Amino acid sequence: MTNLFNYIDRPSPIHRLTGATKFVCLLLWSFAAMSTYDTRMLIGLVIVSMILFTVGRIHLKDVSFMIGFTLVFLVINSIAIYLFAPFHGTEIYGTKTYLWGLSGRFAPTAEQLFYHFNYILKYLATIPIVLLFVCTTNPSEFAASLNKIGIKYSIAYSVALALRYIPDIQKQYHEISQAGQARDIEMTKKASLINRLKSASGILIPLILSSMDRIEIISNAMELRGFGKEKKRTWYMGRPFTATDIAAMIGCAMLILLSAYLAHVNGGRYYNPFI
Amino acid sequence: MKKFGVKSIVATGIGAALFFVLGRFVAIPSGVPNTNISIQYGVLAYIAAVFGPIAGLLAGIIGHFFIDFSYGWGVWWSWVITSGFVGLVIGFLTAKLKIDEGEFGISGIIRFNVAQIIGHLVGWGALAPVLDIVMYGEPANKVFIQGLVSAGVNIITTAVIGTLLCVAYSSAIPKKGSLKEEE
Repeated sequence: MTNLFNYIDRPSPIHRLTGATKFVCLLLWSFAAMSTYDTRMLIGLVIVSMILFTVGRIHLKDVSFMIGFTLVFLVINSIAIYLFAPFHGTEIYGTKTYLWGLSGRFAPTAEQLFYHFNYILKYLATIPIVLLFVCTTNPSEFAASLNKIGIKYSIAYSVALALRYIPDIQKQYHEISQAGQARDIEMTKKASLINRLKSASGILIPLILSSMDRIEIISNAMELRGFGKEKKRTWYMGRPFTATDIAAMIGCAMLILLSAYLAHVNGGRYYNPFI
Repeated sequence: MKKFGVKSIVATGIGAALFFVLGRFVAIPSGVPNTNISIQYGVLAYIAAVFGPIAGLLAGIIGHFFIDFSYGWGVWWSWVITSGFVGLVIGFLTAKLKIDEGEFGISGIIRFNVAQIIGHLVGWGALAPVLDIVMYGEPANKVFIQGLVSAGVNIITTAVIGTLLCVAYSSAIPKKGSLKEEE
């Protein structure tokens, strides 16, 4: 696993934004897309996110695997919603319009289909932005820039540490698992589920105990270097904010206002064409 | 309460990394959409019990965020927050345990498991579904069934794996007063 986080280094205006800016924008954007069920705004968001996607110079083939994954997820979720609540839409929109003369427990209604349409739009409005964030944000730079948006540097440092040690722990897990398999502990699909759980916990104990050693060593090293003594620290990967960063954040903050304004106009989160 | 010092910062980072690796590569599907049998919650409970509520909260949030981040399927904030919340609750309720001093007997096991059951039930059975409804407007019975299934599965895996880890770790530490001067 050489490229765990799908970061693609390619010069573009989006790459030039700092990680913190992109993180704030992602939060604001997903919050705006989450809070509104206004179809017009969602369609707008979908279009803008597609445009941003091309501005970030991410090609479809870079992310085709992730998109496939997400679409499967979306389909399963939509089916689950329909199975569990086939009349969720009619409850929301307050009317009941049966389609094609069908009736019964799972009869399709225009309201339900409209709800599903909005639900899918919500996904389509967020997926490109998340992919954009994932592909254009250097994880180390992201950890460094968290500190700049007001998160305490000790917490930002935890994030950086996690990123630093994920490959190590992954390698160690793999090694212990192989050592276990050499001693006839079956971890692959050949073993039954319960047996796999059992052997997984057999791997965990050495993994955790060695991680405890690791924690000891790292925290001693950090303490010896006086970590946490000062109020601030500098970051190797840190970059200053530019005017574009500020503009991007203000732009995304406007989306929240727009969503709140639409909720006020529509008298709720849902845009209702049925009444 | 345990102090959030340098050691807790490191434990948070390593805990998040463990959470990530286990959640990303050792997931076993349970049959209900988006719900895996996730052994990482056993580790999260262990980290929270040993290093305190703040380490549990942050390790859960960071680890879960990176799992969603690396899959690229959209960051499912309601569940990321819940992972952190579960770590926080377990950390608070087990604050009196002294696992890192080698003490983890029957009463410790009971306290640990009561804490994790409360954490998972409140987290997955109530907080996650409510956040799903508030944030994403999903139908209530779907998210509550998802939540309760996750709560059940996570309680079982935490009971097995979390308890096992705490026992293993506490017995690896020499107890206070275990050395005696020779007569």
